[in-house]
Amino acid sequence: MNPKSKISIHELTKVFYKKHNSVTALENISIDIEEGEFVCLVGPSGCGKTTLLRIVAGLENQSSGGFRIQKSSMDRPNQSMVFQERGILPWLTVAENAAFGLNMRHLPKAQVKERTDYFLNKVGLTKFAHMYPKELSGGMKQRVSIARAFANDPEILLMDEPFGALDEQNRHILQEELLSIWAETKKTVLFITHSIDEALYLSDRVLLMSAQPGKITAEIKIDLPRPRKLEDIRSNPEMADVFLSIWQHLQTEVQGSRL
Amino acid sequence: MKDLKNPVETEKQEWRKRQNQQRLKTGLTIFSPVFLLLIWEILSRSGLIDARFFPPPTAIVSTFIELLTSGQLFHHINISLFRIFAGFLLGVIPGIILGLCMGLYAPIRHFLSPLIMALMPIPTLALLPIILIIFGIGEVSKVVTIAGSVFFPVVINTVAGVISIDSIYLDVAKNYGASRRDFFLKIALPGSLPVMLEGIQMGQAIALLTIVAAEMMGARSGIGYLIWTSYSAFLLKEMFVGLILISFFGYIFSLLLRWLQRKLIPWR
Repeated sequence: MNPKSKISIHELTKVFYKKHNSVTALENISIDIEEGEFVCLVGPSGCGKTTLLRIVAGLENQSSGGFRIQKSSMDRPNQSMVFQERGILPWLTVAENAAFGLNMRHLPKAQVKERTDYFLNKVGLTKFAHMYPKELSGGMKQRVSIARAFANDPEILLMDEPFGALDEQNRHILQEELLSIWAETKKTVLFITHSIDEALYLSDRVLLMSAQPGKITAEIKIDLPRPRKLEDIRSNPEMADVFLSIWQHLQTEVQGSRL
Repeated sequence: MKDLKNPVETEKQEWRKRQNQQRLKTGLTIFSPVFLLLIWEILSRSGLIDARFFPPPTAIVSTFIELLTSGQLFHHINISLFRIFAGFLLGVIPGIILGLCMGLYAPIRHFLSPLIMALMPIPTLALLPIILIIFGIGEVSKVVTIAGSVFFPVVINTVAGVISIDSIYLDVAKNYGASRRDFFLKIALPGSLPVMLEGIQMGQAIALLTIVAAEMMGARSGIGYLIWTSYSAFLLKEMFVGLILISFFGYIFSLLLRWLQRKLIPWR
């Protein structure tokens, strides 16, 4: 375990136990993530990547091993999660949703409003602040989710396939917006996706996972200058190779699980 | 192949057709009660049905006006409305609180649900003798009877409402560090509200059924009493006035609750 890293996960194992039958969802996962680093976790569905994220998010307990998030300030929550679609509360307005984390910490009203307004503006939802989620499109809902997580100003951000349900165009717009807010706030991000394009576009480092038991099988550094353009990544021959090798890895994983 | 026509013109005709159909539907809805009353009036006046048992609607209306101007109707209406409102609140408020607790805390749910399941099928009216023994023949026993019958649908729907809350909302609350109190007020209460209000809607209908029957059995006033005594004295016009009042209040209450629903769950 590297004492300087922002997130260190150390030999973390998760077993799901049912009567006479146990499944090892995660086996000896060790990851170190630097301060300000954007890391994508890529793997086939069912490889346990969501379970890993939920453990770090405090929503589930590991069976053995552990993880540590380095604190920079006592006022900051450890982590905030951007959930998959449906992650915003339908009975709260856009502004109330974005302020949810701050309100749960019972911060002063003025401070809550200031921070919420700032991030709603960042994601372009100021005009929709008083609407309910039912009136929003899928992309707008995920913007609310992103604003809520950033407004909470956590030590680290966890993202569980936040753009998985969006169409290609909207997904790319949200990825761009996310990167621009991230560049400004310099948060440490652990991001789950099964889209290789998304991982290459967003991350500093890609971690590949295999299924049953879930393990980290490879690590790929993405040393591209920022701000990035999707077109540049697509036309970069080196990235094409990376894409292909990740693709082949996922193919064999999926094939393997079908046998 | 169809004749080539102006596409806008074609759609315009289609639209007109749909408009006419809509108007026809509205017309039918208004027409059916008017039609029934008209048939009743004619049959009763012409002697085809016995006017002693089925007095013509116009005669019922004039009896209604007589009772209203003499003031005795107000007395019955007031007392019935008081019993309904008091009983309704006494049933709904504990029903919501207990329902939320049962929905949120599994041990409470497992402990209490057999009791509720056992008591629920017993009509509160069947318990009226016991209620009269415990609470006497005064107002309290009527209010308790209503409360008892409203309580069950509200509890059961509130529990169902809490359990039906999407687990992702619970995750969100936990991830953002919601306290127990915030969890109760910001997640469980609003999350279960739509299903809970359906239970309250049901409770309202049951309250009306119960009040009439309870007043028939053990009361000296109220709409149910009016219906029963009028029938006993063969004053059937007065009896019909009572029946119409019940129908009227049932309609008003459901309108009120629907309005409340829109106010309380604007996110739907």
